[in-house]
Amino acid sequence: MSTDTAHSDVQQFHPRVRSALENPQIRSNFRSAMDGLMGKRQAAFEDWELETLRDLGAAVRLRALSRLPELLVQLETNCQLQGIRVHWAETGDQACEIIRDICKARDARRVIKGKSMVSEEMELNHFLEAEGIEALESDLGEYIVQLAEETPSHIIMPAIHKNTDEISDLMHEKTGTERSRDVGYLTASARQQLRDKFMQADVGISGVNFAVAETGTLCLVENEGNGRLTTTVPPCHIAVTGIEKVVEHLEDVAPLLALLTRSATGQHITTYFNMISGPRKADEKDGPEEVHLVLVDSGRSSIYQDQELLDTLRCIRCGACMNHCPVYARVGGHAYGTTYPGPIGKILMPHLLGLENTRDLPSASTLCGACGEVCPVRIPIPKLLQRLRKESVDGDRLRPSVVPGHGVKRTLKEQASWNGYRWLASDPGRYRLAGWMMTRFRALTPRNVGPWTRYRTAPRPAAKTLHQLMAARRREEQS
Amino acid sequence: MNPGKTARNQSRTAILNRLREGRGDQAMTVPASDFAVVRDRNWTPAERLDRFEARISSVNGEVHRVAREQWIDTLYALMKAKGLENLLVSEDVEHGRELRRLWPWEAPALLGYEQPIEHWKPAMFNNVAAALTGCLGAIAETGSLMLWPTPQEPRLMSLVPPVHFVLLAADCVYDTFHQAMAEQQWAQQGMPTNALLISGPSKTADIEQTLAYGVHGPRELVVLILE
Ligand code: SF4
Repeated sequence: MSTDTAHSDVQQFHPRVRSALENPQIRSNFRSAMDGLMGKRQAAFEDWELETLRDLGAAVRLRALSRLPELLVQLETNCQLQGIRVHWAETGDQACEIIRDICKARDARRVIKGKSMVSEEMELNHFLEAEGIEALESDLGEYIVQLAEETPSHIIMPAIHKNTDEISDLMHEKTGTERSRDVGYLTASARQQLRDKFMQADVGISGVNFAVAETGTLCLVENEGNGRLTTTVPPCHIAVTGIEKVVEHLEDVAPLLALLTRSATGQHITTYFNMISGPRKADEKDGPEEVHLVLVDSGRSSIYQDQELLDTLRCIRCGACMNHCPVYARVGGHAYGTTYPGPIGKILMPHLLGLENTRDLPSASTLCGACGEVCPVRIPIPKLLQRLRKESVDGDRLRPSVVPGHGVKRTLKEQASWNGYRWLASDPGRYRLAGWMMTRFRALTPRNVGPWTRYRTAPRPAAKTLHQLMAARRREEQS
Repeated sequence: MNPGKTARNQSRTAILNRLREGRGDQAMTVPASDFAVVRDRNWTPAERLDRFEARISSVNGEVHRVAREQWIDTLYALMKAKGLENLLVSEDVEHGRELRRLWPWEAPALLGYEQPIEHWKPAMFNNVAAALTGCLGAIAETGSLMLWPTPQEPRLMSLVPPVHFVLLAADCVYDTFHQAMAEQQWAQQGMPTNALLISGPSKTADIEQTLAYGVHGPRELVVLILE
């Protein structure tokens, strides 16, 4: 995350959007996937009182956040009692170092990974490889993305930007499998390639969907079984998660799980819901002998400083906001250049990378509101986007800003025009005079006003002011 | 204490302090959590079973309802039909003992999970055709089986062999996950090393949203409901 490439990448937003829009393959891959996902989600919630369930989901997450420091300590205590070692990392780099040290202490060379967006966020694979530790992704989508040396384009379906032919070609080139349009065959080949890797791996690294404070339980949601293999077969399991993933009670998991799988892919439940509460006990015959939990802050505690922005931390990473986003569906996940793309990325990444590096994200939205309407935990995403737009020009100076890089888009010119407008609009005489002048000199208004006029005609003042029109109407009515 | 350790304790303190300060003295107002929406279903036992069967079948789970004294014959017939050479089954649980007592056939062979996995990893991954385990019950709403692996029936039994048979008592089906964990008092009694909900065979849709079964876990999940 701290690498320069990541930053310059983010800043290439507009060129990447343009090239994505010009690529019909990408557009059709995303369009058909998003249409399918929206339909499935709707069907999965058919017999549900969805709004009541969303209220509960939001309440559960809010309650957890309201007690976040206490719950983290409770989680730590309960995990430790059960033999899980707990580590705290302020930054992604620090988390990478912790994981490296655990690997080094075990002399581990081969790491197998289950899907974890936090590990993407901290660029763990690169870090480990630079240290001479092989890190292999085992989720099929992540595996494909890793073979292609790319990053995920969707938080739930990492390889959604590729179609079967592209994947078949890729697997043929990188692993020597036959070219095939048969998804069953491609899947079976990947299974075969990864089986040995699971057996040989020294360490398994996974993410966490929910961490239950009350019982010290780490919950993982998945379909493939790679998450279970990752957390069961190697002698050491390292779970890495953002500090916001904690929930208070075990029962809190029920509504969140119901919301997560249905919102994400329209499944009533995933094949596996895996709850881990400790390493192998003396009389048990499998499972890792060591389990570690790495709690990563990386900007989250500063989001927590602001009562409004805090809602960002409710997110359960279902991806529904991107599936329903008209911008995401057209430009695809890679255009954003950030670990988390789409609406959630736009409200989260500015905190992780600073607004100076993500200046285009909060404004890359039509504010249509679809994301806020589908979010299972009712995060008011459009409202947060507007807030971040204000932050980027320091428009809201009533409170000290907690957003890194705030004010990055504030320009003297814009500031001067608003100050001028305020001066004119706060006195009736000045306002009338200005209005009158505008009607007089309307022919002089510029035809080209930056990006606005690229796709629209420039606004032009009317020939008469509203005051003049009203006065004329009154005269007519009287006569 | 080594320097790395100290730095990490500092991280813990720093994170917790930032969170505590961040919240300041303003207590957040939190709406009450009403779990009725994930709890109250009130299905009859028959509805529950039907619901469970419909849901798990819809994701390629295979369900057979059998009379209690018939399950071994059914299992044998299924294994024959599927061409399975052997079955991993515990020697130290009730159904395992019953099976061994009443299994007159030479083949399929019955295997035991005798050693810790380190001693037979390649054999487990390459030579076991199927495994049989019990379960704690099922969830009608989502078509899920609840498993708490034990020293007798370890975690990998339900994960590595290509076919997983599960015995489910017909009267152990709950309406919802919430109801199951509340009635079985999971939070109060403390959680085991590993607990699982299993809803169908392993699957993926990562290649162009096309469903494929048996990606890393079992390709077939067969539930025998004992009535
Ligand atoms: S913001 Fe809401 S809709 Fe988007 S990923 Fe997070 S929980 Fe899902």
